[in-house]
Amino acid sequence: MSKIVIDPVTRIEGHLKIEAVVEDGVVKEARSSGVLFRGLELILRGRDPRDAQVITQRICGVCPQSHAIAATLNLDSAFGIGDRIPDNGRIIRNLIQGAHVVQDHILHFYHLAALDYVDITDVAKYEGKDSDLNSIKDFCSRGVLDPFVPRYEGDYRLPAEINQQAAAHYVKAFEVRRIGHEMVSIFSGKVPHSVGVVPGGVTAAPTVDMITSFLWKLRTLQDFIDNVYIPDVLAVAGAYPDYFEIGAGCKNLLSYGAYDLDGKDSDLTRRKRLFKQGTTSADLKFGGLDITRITEDVRHSWYEYSSSGRHPSDGETKPEYSKQGAYSWIKSPRYDGKVHEVGPIARVAVDYAHGEPEMKKLVDWALAEFKASPSFLFSVLGRHLARALSAKYIADSIEKWLLELKPGEPTFAEYTIPDEGRGMGITEAARGALGHWIEIKEKKIANYQCVVPTTWNASPKDDGGNPGPIEQAIIGTKIRDEGNPFEIVRIVRSFDPCLACAVHLLTPKARDLGQFRVV
Amino acid sequence: MAGAGELAIEVLEETAKEKKDGYILVVEGAIPTATDAVYGAIGERDGKPVSMEERVAELAQDAQAILAIGTCASFGGIPAAAPNPTGCQPVSKILEAKGINKPLVNIPGCPPHPDWFVGTVASIILNGLPKAEELDDNLRPLAFYGKLIHENCPRRAYFDEGKFAKKPGDEGCLYELGCKGPITYADCPLRRWNNGTNWVIGAGAPCNGCTQPEFPDLVAPFYEKLVDVELPTIGAYWESGREKN
Repeated sequence: MSKIVIDPVTRIEGHLKIEAVVEDGVVKEARSSGVLFRGLELILRGRDPRDAQVITQRICGVCPQSHAIAATLNLDSAFGIGDRIPDNGRIIRNLIQGAHVVQDHILHFYHLAALDYVDITDVAKYEGKDSDLNSIKDFCSRGVLDPFVPRYEGDYRLPAEINQQAAAHYVKAFEVRRIGHEMVSIFSGKVPHSVGVVPGGVTAAPTVDMITSFLWKLRTLQDFIDNVYIPDVLAVAGAYPDYFEIGAGCKNLLSYGAYDLDGKDSDLTRRKRLFKQGTTSADLKFGGLDITRITEDVRHSWYEYSSSGRHPSDGETKPEYSKQGAYSWIKSPRYDGKVHEVGPIARVAVDYAHGEPEMKKLVDWALAEFKASPSFLFSVLGRHLARALSAKYIADSIEKWLLELKPGEPTFAEYTIPDEGRGMGITEAARGALGHWIEIKEKKIANYQCVVPTTWNASPKDDGGNPGPIEQAIIGTKIRDEGNPFEIVRIVRSFDPCLACAVHLLTPKARDLGQFRVV
Repeated sequence: MAGAGELAIEVLEETAKEKKDGYILVVEGAIPTATDAVYGAIGERDGKPVSMEERVAELAQDAQAILAIGTCASFGGIPAAAPNPTGCQPVSKILEAKGINKPLVNIPGCPPHPDWFVGTVASIILNGLPKAEELDDNLRPLAFYGKLIHENCPRRAYFDEGKFAKKPGDEGCLYELGCKGPITYADCPLRRWNNGTNWVIGAGAPCNGCTQPEFPDLVAPFYEKLVDVELPTIGAYWESGREKN
């Protein structure tokens, strides 16, 4: 029996440690631990409720826009104005969140996950005229291979010319993401830590000039998704088909839904949204969303056990580092007492199960490429595929919303901060279900809790001893070469974990060029 | 980087050994020190987590100079906000506590503009470490942090006329909506963000003072008007003790 420890897992946000116990080449046990704690929920107490929007964005620079949206929906509901946001305000929020999430999916595939599949060192053999590739080639020829090595070795399967093309796309993706950020900036001032989304609506007043500029940039993103991103995901899937069969995990999926299509229902679990609120499982049957069924266990987390099993609206964050049996700063959220995975795969599968025609068409088309059934979604490649399809679905919807903006009409509804109140803000960050809860007393924050996507996915065992989604996805996996545990890092990264957010959550140890520490 | 785990940590440790006194350490993030610094770890040594505090001290010891990037590393920022649950400290305090006497440059901002960081690094490569007169009292490069937001704000004329926005979306100066531009040093109005696309006040939102040591506790609530500022001479008030050009 041997133990593989990967700390830190790189090319993710934040600090994640993964430990896997391997017996006869198969993972028997896995532990996912978050190793950085900041206590932002404690910092929020006693502050002006409106400041939650500014402070919770600082949880992480990767998806501050999603926190801005969740915090703002949360404040809208606590201030009693959830159903009064003007259409311009609602639409601009969707544009900000949508442009951000689309570039974030591109970020994940090219800049975080691709190096696990693409052998970028093949660029050294490049003989063509592409200036980006020649500059990487020149960089490599000077003997500077960082940041592409050291790495795990022995399972890069794409032919040299595809690797070279993917390297060119890796560079191109930076430019495309920059344009995505510019789109957010048009309506929200700057990226990261945007300022445009506020309770009551948004701060910017749309003009025809802004709309045109946004549309022009959107076209570049749409072109990249259709002609580069989706084909590249299909190319990787074609070369690594065994990754349709590993990393399935718990097979229960949960989505809060996102992108409000009208602002009339103050109940966020019933509001009409592009992505539907709901759950689904291996049978792909649609289940609704009852937010009261969420609980957070802390038996295996470094928090006082007395706070275990609570609903997040009533949650507590009391650190206890020395606690026996605990191994993570992440709590264990569960829905209906069961382990649930969140993320693009959940959004796509829930919409598919709900029978959304456009989503069904997209998924069936992609699966037909591999003559695969929808059950293949529950896999490493299924997550990458769902992320790419989700990017297309959002980008194409943004185009419609943009043209619904009415320059000159209001973007903001006035409100007064109540003496007392409770609120909830639920949406979908790029990485999955994101929820904020607030309690206001004497016009100040009395309690604030965030349950973020990676808290769901990277959670440790719950009070019943059931491992979290990433842990379950690793357990049972065959490891071909313990010195180069590609399988583990590919499974973990397919979840797009983001731990800055989750910690409340990290390591194989590798030696020179791919030799790991095996203890 | 392509590598993970010990591969990544070894690059960090080897560089410090091979290039002793010849590398610049860049620190991002405030450094948790409470409860034996257990709240943040970077990799392991001999099977035990190594705290961020220990890493920073080790790597700073043999560095030529240290760049603190972001308001957290520069001044403590959000994680050090009251009640500072993890005992977060800025880099300057850690160096002081460990008796490490090395040149430090702060590049605050939440986040800092990429140009502020890249510009500082480029300047160090081309001209060497900044001289004392090229930094302000908070060790920020004057090239980027030399002027108040308020001095270059396109809405400044509204302020001088006394025309103030009452709610988001209104024309006018955002002072009464909580703008911290009058006390915040940064070149955002001229440089703008995301390839020059826009900036905070350009989107109709008040500046929240994120490049200041006062961020966040002394500039919050973010959407309430500044207090204790003598308006006609704002610049002089905040620059007291320093010669004005």
